[in-house]
Amino acid sequence: MKAIYSMFLVFALILLAMIGAGAMGMEYLFGVIIPYLAVVVFIVGFAAKVVGWGKAAVPFNITTTCGQGKSLPWIKENKIENPSSTGGVIARMFFEIFLFRSLFRNSKVELHDGQRVAYSSSKWLWLFAILFHYTFLVIFLRHMRFFTEPVPFPFEMLDKMDSMLQIGAPALYLSSVVAIAALSYLLLRRLFVPSVRYISQPADYFPLFLILSVLVSGIMMRYFVKTDIMAVKELTMGLVTFRPVVPEGVGSIFYVHLFLVSVLLFYFPMSKLMHMGGVFLSPTRNMPANTREVRHVNPWNYPVKVHTYEAYEDEFREKMVEADLPVVKPLEETVENAENKE
Amino acid sequence: MAIEKPDVLFKNISHRPPQGDWMDVQSKIKPGRYCYAGDPEALEYVGLPNPRKWNPLDDDWKLPENWQEIVIGGLKERLDRFRSFKIFMDVCVRCGACADKCHFFIGSGDPKNMPVLRAELLRSIYRGEITKAGKILGRFAGGRKLTEEVLKEIWYYYYQCTECRRCSVFCPYGIDQAEITIIGRELLNLIGLNIDWIAKPVANCYRTGNHLGIQPHAFKDMIDFFCDDIEEVCGIRPEPTFNKVGADILFVTPSGDVFADPGTYTCMGYLMLFHYLKEEYGLDVTWSTYASEGGNFGFFTSHEMMKRLNAKMYMEAKRLGVKWILGGECGHMWRVIHQYMDTMNGPADFLETPVSPITGTKFQSAASTKMVHIVEFTADLIKNGKLNLDKSRNANIKATFHDSCNTSRGMGFFEEPRYIIKNVLDNFYEMPEGTTKEQTFCCGGGSGLNAGENEEIRMMGGLPRANAVKFVHDRHDVNMLSCICAIDRATLTQSVNYWVPGVEVCGLHELVGNALVLPGESERETDLRAEPLPGKEEE
Repeated sequence: MKAIYSMFLVFALILLAMIGAGAMGMEYLFGVIIPYLAVVVFIVGFAAKVVGWGKAAVPFNITTTCGQGKSLPWIKENKIENPSSTGGVIARMFFEIFLFRSLFRNSKVELHDGQRVAYSSSKWLWLFAILFHYTFLVIFLRHMRFFTEPVPFPFEMLDKMDSMLQIGAPALYLSSVVAIAALSYLLLRRLFVPSVRYISQPADYFPLFLILSVLVSGIMMRYFVKTDIMAVKELTMGLVTFRPVVPEGVGSIFYVHLFLVSVLLFYFPMSKLMHMGGVFLSPTRNMPANTREVRHVNPWNYPVKVHTYEAYEDEFREKMVEADLPVVKPLEETVENAENKE
Repeated sequence: MAIEKPDVLFKNISHRPPQGDWMDVQSKIKPGRYCYAGDPEALEYVGLPNPRKWNPLDDDWKLPENWQEIVIGGLKERLDRFRSFKIFMDVCVRCGACADKCHFFIGSGDPKNMPVLRAELLRSIYRGEITKAGKILGRFAGGRKLTEEVLKEIWYYYYQCTECRRCSVFCPYGIDQAEITIIGRELLNLIGLNIDWIAKPVANCYRTGNHLGIQPHAFKDMIDFFCDDIEEVCGIRPEPTFNKVGADILFVTPSGDVFADPGTYTCMGYLMLFHYLKEEYGLDVTWSTYASEGGNFGFFTSHEMMKRLNAKMYMEAKRLGVKWILGGECGHMWRVIHQYMDTMNGPADFLETPVSPITGTKFQSAASTKMVHIVEFTADLIKNGKLNLDKSRNANIKATFHDSCNTSRGMGFFEEPRYIIKNVLDNFYEMPEGTTKEQTFCCGGGSGLNAGENEEIRMMGGLPRANAVKFVHDRHDVNMLSCICAIDRATLTQSVNYWVPGVEVCGLHELVGNALVLPGESERETDLRAEPLPGKEEE
């Protein structure tokens, strides 16, 4: 049900763009105003969220240690999985962000007859997650040719490499195929693995359908519903040079594509997609595990009520003396004091 | 409540979640899976909110009238105070990588024991009550209102998490359910929702220095009693000192070592080691009756309570004028010492950077905290050839080693204990990969959940650990599960006995105590448990 809601919501968005930019002729709204707004909301929203996290205190150093810590000199420390220096933290974060290190550990548990619990490696989630993220990055980067003139060499190269298989005309982009395959895996997994289905929410299906439809509309534009690519570039260049124009003859499929991307940008800062920013700031990963060596300061550390030794001895002095435990104030003295007070 | 036999319990585990939306599946509080409510007297003693008698099975939990306001206010406050919490509330993508990493989920199949869903219990409130998107879109954005039903569910499941951090190892964003549970319990404590197995030890530790509330003279009696036992085994009686001003080192261990078998044998091991070091090298170690609890039940209550209990260690070290502090074998005690103590109660500038007076080794990794783990201390002694060890006395033992959650995922303390084991016995076998070191499984009773009334969930949670023990028991005849945590020693004894009868549990320094040849000792006939030594079985 949650998946169907989310899917219909994406359909409605597509329809909205088709009617708005197509039938009703509001190209300027869909081609200029909404994209500008979306970019502003994305940048401001993203920044606000990250600043909000940054403002929150880091009272304790709570690194999750995943390898041998720094200890005696003859014990080999794992400088990356349990970093004690800034360099180690940077290496750890590099593996985490660029290679999805933690997800690579993923395992699967199975219960077998004869009371046996078995664990096996399970790397599919890691594989498809990393495929999706990298191909999406490639897709994003090769779109830069729409926003630059002349197109810088790296973007040209990327475009060439991405289409090097030369299947069809225009040549098929590998990244699009892989991204769709990876997204489909992530979606099917949500739908058919019972435990993952149980934890999934509309907020999990919606971005999947949304990104899928962004990809599909892009592919349609390239291969099926021919779009005047020169007109599109005129529009996109107009956007980045802040001299927006709406050329004639840009098919409504382009506006659908652009609108879906805009919705993605609007939705991003308030959604779980913010994991893109959060992964950099996670205190269990981005702090050195050197807490016994270097003191971490808590900005809001406040004094607390404690049970002092004096109060403790006052309560138990008699029993302590009887048991030959040393005391600070001798027993007689306290008795005298008590008498004097009376 | 009687618990099912292991085979029945195992057969009934299903990892298939029920139909429908989890937000609509109201969890019933089941006997065997929850702990009794905190005793009002204990709460009053340390000034915790809303002390009263209440029963989790009753409809009325006797909450303060404005409880929603208190919880939501507390939630907002903690979002500013803990970046960890704020990020963990925002970035989870529900990929499910953590789902089957939790020992409670593996053993119970209860979907709300998947770390992701346990966190969602609180996240849904964060969204529904605090974020704009959640307030407007409600359940479509995964938000819901804080009702009494939701609150009860949070209480139920946040006391079915042992804060072991295994899920955080696998999370692509390092989301640590322990951190969420810690803060969740802090919120629950604001309105007096807690459990007695934590509340009473907190009050006891605060007052007497140990979790059972044993008074100073009785604490000393217990240690004296161990000294008698040691004398019986080897003819030598250690003479420990207590509260001694001017000693070299203050020793603090969890009180479980003093009061609960089989931790008591570990305690004897410490006493023998200190005696040996005093005789051979003149090392002066003292025990404190005041700071006699290394374990910190405050950690399971709130950050503030943790700080209040932990403060005793530095205060006592300062009062006694020792050079540095040595800590016994304990899990969460070491998480607190390693990641919190210096921040909360430091800087300990009245102490010296720890140097072993025997080997000259400077413990640089403890330069600021000034507290050394007894396992690294002993490993250093062995490495430098300072101990006279006779491995043959442990020849009957086929050991494996359980990495404790907190020393593993909070310190990365893996090779030190293994080095000691390999030097005190010959038959050592590792449990299967995926169940050791940073992927180690919790005993099932950590974070204050080692009560009697929640036995069923403890045995369920103990399954993954015990099952790995079973693997080495079946394959290599392993008969001893060694560990460096007091809660482990207590909890694993039960869960291993339930799942893998025939395996015993011990601390590392029990094995050291067995192997250590004290100067002038008589020939031993038995080990510390009064079991005959290898070759002395007959007669």
